[in-house]
Amino acid sequence: MANTTNLSTDKKTSWGGGKSPFSVSYGKLMMWIFLLSDAFTFSSLLIAYGFIRYSFPSPMENTIVKPLSHVAEHFTEAMNKAGLFVQDHWPAPELVFNHFPFIHGIHLPLFFVSLMTFILIFSSVTMVLAVEAGHRMQKKEVANYMLLTIIGGAAFLGCQAWEWTTFIGEGAKLYGNPFGPRSFAALFFIVTGFHGFHVFSGVVLNIIIYINVLNGTYEKRGHYEMVEKVGLYWHFVDLVWVFVFTFFYLI
Amino acid sequence: MSDHNMNNHHEDHGHHKETFISKYIFSMDHKMISRQFLITGIIMGTLGMLMSMIFRLQLAYPDMKFSFLEGILGHWGKDGKLDPNFYLALITIHGTIMVFFVLTAGLSGTFSNLLIPLQVGARDMASPFMNMLSYWFFFLSSVVLVFSLFVDGGPASAGWTVYPPLSALPKAIPGSGTGMTLWLVSMILFIASSLLGGINYIATILNMRTLGMKMTRLPLTIWAFLVTAVLGLLSFPVLLGGSLLLVFDRSFGTSFYLSEIVAEFAGGIERTGGSPILFQHLFWFLGHPEVYIILLPALGITSEVIATNSRKPIFGYRAMIGSILAIGVLSFIVWGHHMFLTGMNPFLGSVFMLGTLIIAVPSAVKTFNYLATLWQGNLQLTPAMMFAIGLVSFFISGGLTGIYLGNAALDINLHDTYFVVAHFHLVMGSAAIFGMMSGIYHWFPKMFGRMMNETAGQIHFWLTLISAYCVFFPMHFMGLAGVPRRYYANTAYDQFNVFIDMNQFITIAALLGGLAQVIFLVNFFYSALKGRKATQNPWNSNTLEWTAPVEHLHGNWPGEIPHVYRWAYDYSKPGHNEDFIPQNVPDKGQVDPLEEATGLPEPVKNENSATH
Repeated sequence: MANTTNLSTDKKTSWGGGKSPFSVSYGKLMMWIFLLSDAFTFSSLLIAYGFIRYSFPSPMENTIVKPLSHVAEHFTEAMNKAGLFVQDHWPAPELVFNHFPFIHGIHLPLFFVSLMTFILIFSSVTMVLAVEAGHRMQKKEVANYMLLTIIGGAAFLGCQAWEWTTFIGEGAKLYGNPFGPRSFAALFFIVTGFHGFHVFSGVVLNIIIYINVLNGTYEKRGHYEMVEKVGLYWHFVDLVWVFVFTFFYLI
Repeated sequence: MSDHNMNNHHEDHGHHKETFISKYIFSMDHKMISRQFLITGIIMGTLGMLMSMIFRLQLAYPDMKFSFLEGILGHWGKDGKLDPNFYLALITIHGTIMVFFVLTAGLSGTFSNLLIPLQVGARDMASPFMNMLSYWFFFLSSVVLVFSLFVDGGPASAGWTVYPPLSALPKAIPGSGTGMTLWLVSMILFIASSLLGGINYIATILNMRTLGMKMTRLPLTIWAFLVTAVLGLLSFPVLLGGSLLLVFDRSFGTSFYLSEIVAEFAGGIERTGGSPILFQHLFWFLGHPEVYIILLPALGITSEVIATNSRKPIFGYRAMIGSILAIGVLSFIVWGHHMFLTGMNPFLGSVFMLGTLIIAVPSAVKTFNYLATLWQGNLQLTPAMMFAIGLVSFFISGGLTGIYLGNAALDINLHDTYFVVAHFHLVMGSAAIFGMMSGIYHWFPKMFGRMMNETAGQIHFWLTLISAYCVFFPMHFMGLAGVPRRYYANTAYDQFNVFIDMNQFITIAALLGGLAQVIFLVNFFYSALKGRKATQNPWNSNTLEWTAPVEHLHGNWPGEIPHVYRWAYDYSKPGHNEDFIPQNVPDKGQVDPLEEATGLPEPVKNENSATH
């Protein structure tokens, strides 16, 4: 915004009324407040995950399968037989999520989800670049970076769809799964599903903003603050993914 | 765009043609939305109160038949006997309506909407559109809840806390079916409403104060609304998460809240691995801050009303702000005191106990400040003032029993007895209702441009006060004797049945209290239409809302928004002719805050402000 830059940051007067104490428009402030609230929604789900996860003993220790080693076709059944997937132990995520599109028979623990994470974080980078181009009022650059962000988000959603399909194909359901306790798959679906829903909303918002940028709406308005606001949301969705990734796949 | 208090902001909106629908139904004016919240709240409150009358009759006269019950309840009141399942439904819906629909939306929704823009000096809320959405989500949520009364199996019956497994297994009791589903739908709509409202309140208070309205010059009402909004914003999402998991447990066969214990009721599906205690944690993480979401606005209103009607500055203004903030912070770390008996580690119980007892400190600060403000004041005993003093009374008598209940060891004896019922009905129910009444009597001239009848107000106050104490005070003794709450009848237990006389006394007092509310309802609606015309500042109050004209304008002030030169409590200042100095009056030689302020942005062009 053009006129936020000359706002005083003098402590004495910034809370004195007549202007925003943080030098942000109310719209941006509202986005921050909403994100704070949304963070608590995610926290409640992750805490529910932790509560149930730690009511079960830790995963069985894996001494059989090494990364990149060749694995049998019916990997899940083999793990069941080997005693690595049992009903009263939480399954080790690196044994569950070891598939990669078009590659069969090789144990690639968490390779695919790492790629997904990389895509999502990369889309955050392009979003930053879009916001920055917005400050310089470069309509074309904003549009291009927004497009890249949209592609990144869509790619992430596609990856998630593939992961869910594979997971379901192996027998995971809301009320049961072959890997371990019945809540394992249910929690996976709910937490990643809720996050995926956020990514989906973000992509839709980004598309709307992208169309507005192309139409020159923000150029006429004199600033690209809307890009910044959806940017905040987008970074938040990324940040949440970092936590989901850590809790679900790494710990 | 960064500045909204510049004078030309909303004026261009003011000249739109207003149709009936845009003015009264889908209004975006905060004053109209506040009246919508209030009237919806009053309707829901009446409903909740009538429900309590029906189950009070059952408790007092468990063997008698009331033929009229069949008339109103149909098959739930066959032969004039209240159905036990419907008794559970009534206490559940009574609790839900009173806690969420009356004392959260009806109280905080009404007064936050009315007072935030007017008292901080803004043309309207930050986003009037979201404000409108907030009301309509609330309205939808009320409709869904009322609709659930009529579905097969009756409304939700698991208590207002909807603990699983009663709420998680659709076949557990009649009310666990469609009624429970609708309860959850209603609650999710309610959470959306509260979120939209809360975001708006916070953004308006922080960003849109008029020139000179420092945070330390804000009226205490605004501080209370600010902290309330923050509490709602951070605690309701957790209930949202909890409800989401509950929906999956109910409808999609997951078992987050179900363990082996309930397997035989689960209807064929094997349910293992979850825990109902998880739901209790998630629920009370909302549930405890919710108590303060209810109480803080009432306390804020009381601060304002007591200072104005004592003609004295509020005692300990900064201590009041500090205690509001302290209560806000503490409310998030004490939820476990609702769960002392649900199998918590005793050490954890003592941590929650410590936090709970510490809340007594800021609460006592507030109480003593109220008393010190009243002390030697020039008391104007208007109905609003009477209700505010009544709140202080309930806050003390109900708060003291909180110290008993917050004690993990004593709670073993008192948990789930009538002692708990007495405690929260006094400190949260009655106190907050009295705060709400106080607010209605005080700001009625601002809301409707007319005065309420004062004599009727006084009668309403005394009858309500007496009946509330007669209803809830004897319950302490029943609770100490171990009478459990939520029981349909105690006739099977000799040691509890001895309280039948006391129960009859309580019921008669409750009916009297109900009658007193009829006086209020008549007074309210009659005065809104035909009452005496109000003057601009009928209570000689200092805050900014009384500098706005009686007629509601879109944009609140006809000309410039007043600038603020002082705090809100300059009553009876020595050396002045009047006993009040409104916030917009400068002292001799005081500089206009416009000139003090540095780096204010240029006034913004209209096209910018119209776009968001």
